[in-house]
Amino acid sequence: MASPFWVRQNVSVAGASTAAQAIGAARKRPRALSMRAREEIAGYLCIMPWLIGFLIFTAGAMLFSLGLVFFKTDLLTGFKWVGLGNIRKMATDPLFHKSLGVTSYYSFATVPLSLAIGLLIALGLNQNLFAQGLWRTLYYLPSVTSGIAVAMLWMWIFHPDVGLLNQALRLIGIQGPRWLYSEQWAIPAFIIMGTWGAGGNMLLYLAGLQSIPTHLYEAARIDGAGSIRCFFSITLPMLSPTIFFNLVMGIIGSFQVFTQALVMTQGGPNNATLTIMLYLYRKGFEQFQFGYASAIAWALFCIILLLTLLVFRSSALWVYYEGEVRK
Amino acid sequence: MSVIALARSKRRFTYWRVLRALYRLLLLLLVAAGSIIFIMPFAWMVSTSFKSSDEVLRFPPVWIPQTLHFENYTIPWHRLPFPTYYKNTLIVVIFNLIGTVLSSSIVAYGFARLRFRGRSWLFLLVLSTMMLPSQVTLVPTYYLFAKLGWVNSLRPLIIPVYFGSAFNIFLLRQFFMTISTELDDAAKIDGCGFFSIYWRIILPLARPALGVIAIFQFTYDWNDFFNALIYLNSPKNFTIALGLRTLQSTMLYTPMQHIMAMTLVAILPVLLVFVIAQRYFIQGIVITGIKG
Repeated sequence: MASPFWVRQNVSVAGASTAAQAIGAARKRPRALSMRAREEIAGYLCIMPWLIGFLIFTAGAMLFSLGLVFFKTDLLTGFKWVGLGNIRKMATDPLFHKSLGVTSYYSFATVPLSLAIGLLIALGLNQNLFAQGLWRTLYYLPSVTSGIAVAMLWMWIFHPDVGLLNQALRLIGIQGPRWLYSEQWAIPAFIIMGTWGAGGNMLLYLAGLQSIPTHLYEAARIDGAGSIRCFFSITLPMLSPTIFFNLVMGIIGSFQVFTQALVMTQGGPNNATLTIMLYLYRKGFEQFQFGYASAIAWALFCIILLLTLLVFRSSALWVYYEGEVRK
Repeated sequence: MSVIALARSKRRFTYWRVLRALYRLLLLLLVAAGSIIFIMPFAWMVSTSFKSSDEVLRFPPVWIPQTLHFENYTIPWHRLPFPTYYKNTLIVVIFNLIGTVLSSSIVAYGFARLRFRGRSWLFLLVLSTMMLPSQVTLVPTYYLFAKLGWVNSLRPLIIPVYFGSAFNIFLLRQFFMTISTELDDAAKIDGCGFFSIYWRIILPLARPALGVIAIFQFTYDWNDFFNALIYLNSPKNFTIALGLRTLQSTMLYTPMQHIMAMTLVAILPVLLVFVIAQRYFIQGIVITGIKG
């Protein structure tokens, strides 16, 4: 995929710069590198910090865990080669299949919801409001408060009898479900919690909105475009790279959902909240089957990678980059 | 004629203003109502931190304690060396802010603006490092840091950040790609090299995005309990997040209201920084299309 893309670029650039080259050819050609080659070198130099860091800190650890997939081991007493045994076991493990379903359900609901809600809040907070800074801080609060306080608060909110949510529902005449104690409603409760953390998304959208050059709106106004037209023709396209980021990070993050399941429900009731990460954690750190845990981790890796690739493939259709270097 | 026209336009002007004021008010009410849902955990923490041990256990919870118990703050504060925890956390946070802004932005610039062989595959590799759960790379990473002699120092929390973090690289790349290339071209004609384009054009224009990664990094480092737990052993190296966890440990029985009070004290700096920083990177200019 990379090489035809590259070749095409090279040709067009060469074509465009022939005139310039012809002029300076006689004097400069033997010594100076072409613009193109210099760009190439600059590119590698720029990403060098990451590349070095990756090779030192990350690559080895990733390869090690990939290697573990083919062993049965607790990492202490020894390694036993099992070939594809762990993968075969995974294919017939009903709990693993259950965790796949649970996690996908959570992700496919939480990601679009928090994308939309984060955007809505950001649009609201980007208006000229009284005490704007205050509102922004309040909406970002959930992203700062973490850990035990949040978990405990939500356990109270979702309490079937005296919980805040069901009390509010009773006010409008609805008998609320048993939330975290109900096989059917435990994951929806998680989805509500996940969506509530949309403050991080909001912050990014706000920054994205700030980066849209105002002259675009001025030009559109002069051409007679109304507010709605401006939103769909300027705001949304210019914001699409940020939406794209939140989408990809949402997929990566939500498929690794873990803490709520561990702290609030311990995977129950009846494994209704057994997420992939929780299952991995149990296999690895409670039952010390690190080979099998690695296999689960790499299965998760493949799922996330596949979805990310799909999103990247689709991005040509809906993500607009004002400054894309691709000509 | 002209008087009538003036009067009419004036009347229309007033309608317009009333409509606009109404819209503003409605929006404000909406934003305020929504914010209640978002500040609940915080409000609950504040309320709990002032409760008596009796009130904490009451179910359903009470929101306003009868008397404010300030000793919930002073007692746990003296049990553990919190000033040391703050000092360590500050060291990590300051070093990491510099590290992440410099390294992630230059790497992101390479991926967003410069064409080189294998760019898209290398970028996918950057993203893929976030897709493998850290639990399974934990053991070999610990082994590496132990071999380097970094365990029980702040180095494992700081040095890797100087090689760019995947999350920040991706975020900045997205923002850099929205900056029009016209400016680059103009700069090239003026004789700017790739590095001065990065330094003089891209960085200043991407200030909102740099503000966002700074805030994210700050929040992350301040709350990061996992890495601190793994790599720091002696209490003189503990960070705030780890100190809080020590308070919660079973050996050192601490009542809930004390934990809440200390959690609040711990996250207060993050909030302060956010309040101050958001002024700088998100100005109050209205530029969305929905402006009335």
